[in-house]
Order: sequence, then C-alpha cells, then structure tokens
Amino acid sequence: MSAAQKHVIALSGDVDLEHAAKTRQMLLDAIDGTTDLLVDLSAVTYIDSSGIASLVEALQAAKNIGTTLGLVALSTQALRVFELARLDKVFSIFPDMPTAMSD
Amino acid sequence: MSGSAERAVMPPPTDPAIDTDLLLELRFFAKADRLKLIRPAILAAARMSGFDEQLGHDIVLAVDEACQNIIIHGYQGRSDQRIALAAFRLSDGMELQLRDTAPTIDPATIRPRDLDHIRPGGLGTHFIQEVMDDIAFQPAPDGVGNLLSLTKRLPRPT
Repeated sequence: MSAAQKHVIALSGDVDLEHAAKTRQMLLDAIDGTTDLLVDLSAVTYIDSSGIASLVEALQAAKNIGTTLGLVALSTQALRVFELARLDKVFSIFPDMPTAMSD
Repeated sequence: MSGSAERAVMPPPTDPAIDTDLLLELRFFAKADRLKLIRPAILAAARMSGFDEQLGHDIVLAVDEACQNIIIHGYQGRSDQRIALAAFRLSDGMELQLRDTAPTIDPATIRPRDLDHIRPGGLGTHFIQEVMDDIAFQPAPDGVGNLLSLTKRLPRPT
C-alpha cells in the first residue's frame, strides 16, 4: 500500500460521550472502501469508552470492506485507555505520521 | 424535584472520620456535556490525595464512566435529573461517591463486557473495575436512588 492511498482524518479535543455520535459518523464517512484510513489522535485531549467504541466500529467497518484503519500519535493518556480496554494490540498504532505513512 | 428528592441527592456521609477529609461535593444535571466540568475537579482531588498523573487520569476515567452509566442506564437520558459527586481523601487513597435518584439497580445485573469479543460499547464498566480497588453499591439512606462508592488505594511504596 503506497502513501498516496492512505486517507488521514484528525480527531481533536474531547472524544467523549458528548461528541460520540459526531465522532462515529465522521469515522464511518471516511471509510470509502478504496483507501486505508489513518486517524490522527495527536490533538485529542480525552477519550472515553464511547470514543473507543466509535473507533472499534470504524475498524470493523474498514476490515469488512478490505481496507485498514490505523491510529497515529496517541498521547500517553489515550494509549493508556486503549491498554485498559486491551485494544492496544487490536489496532495498528503508530507513533507519528511519517511512520504511519511508510508502513 | 420534590423536597425529599432534593435532600436525597446528597446524603450526609455516614462516617465522621471520612467526613473530615471531604475534598469536594458537586451536583450537576445528568447530561453528557457536564462531564467535562467534573473531570478537572476529580483530577485535582486525586492529586491532592497523593496519586500521580497516570493514576489520577485513570480515576477520572472510572468516575466519568460511572457517571455515563447513570446518564444512559440509570436516568435513561432524562437530563433534568441530577447526579451528586463527593470526593473524600482517605489515609491510603481516595473514595468517590456518586448519588442519583434513578430507579434502584441490582448490582448483580451489572457485568463488564467480554473482552474476548471485540465490539463497540460495554467498556465503561470494565474501565471502572479495572481502575478502582473497591466498588460498592451502598443502600440509599432514605431508599431513593443509588449510592455508588468507588475507592482507589495509593500504591504501596516500593
């Protein structure tokens, strides 16, 4: 998969219950079946179970149509939430965008 | 809200020793956009109780998820209802109490999701159980609503 075939979207702020519906729709809309998706989490200040749930649903949607979804630039706190959920090995997690693009 | 229900939202602490270490009491409507208001206060209370940044953020997540359970399952989206939060500093950690006036729940019915099956949702209770050391549904003093006690102990010095 070349870098040109990867689509990047960024989440920012609190990815929480208040914004769960919007986050979910934004992620699902970004999965178009032709490109792999990278979700930039570098500007995320908080993520809860509803945010994780949106990402899990998007990951499953991507897999179902033969593409991938990777997470990029998680803060220590965000990574901790994925670890608590035991999902840190389920998602492809990249430390930064250049690394994610070259994968 | 009736007078009795108003009083029920925050019962007096039953343990005078704990009462002396009350760090904060907050009351807020059961709305998703109110949780951002309480998170910084919980983090500050965790720091004041001796927790480091990571454990402080863990505690914030657990309490936030417990509030979400009340909003979604307890009040079932009725955002005119209230949640009361109290934080107590203990000699070996902290206790957080959440009080609601939702229908009384049977703690035996609360189960975390099965982590072997990846699916959206159901994570909140898992986070609470993963983070907190003691989780107790205490009898509501006047029989109205639910009183959830979440306790986190400080790590033992190494």
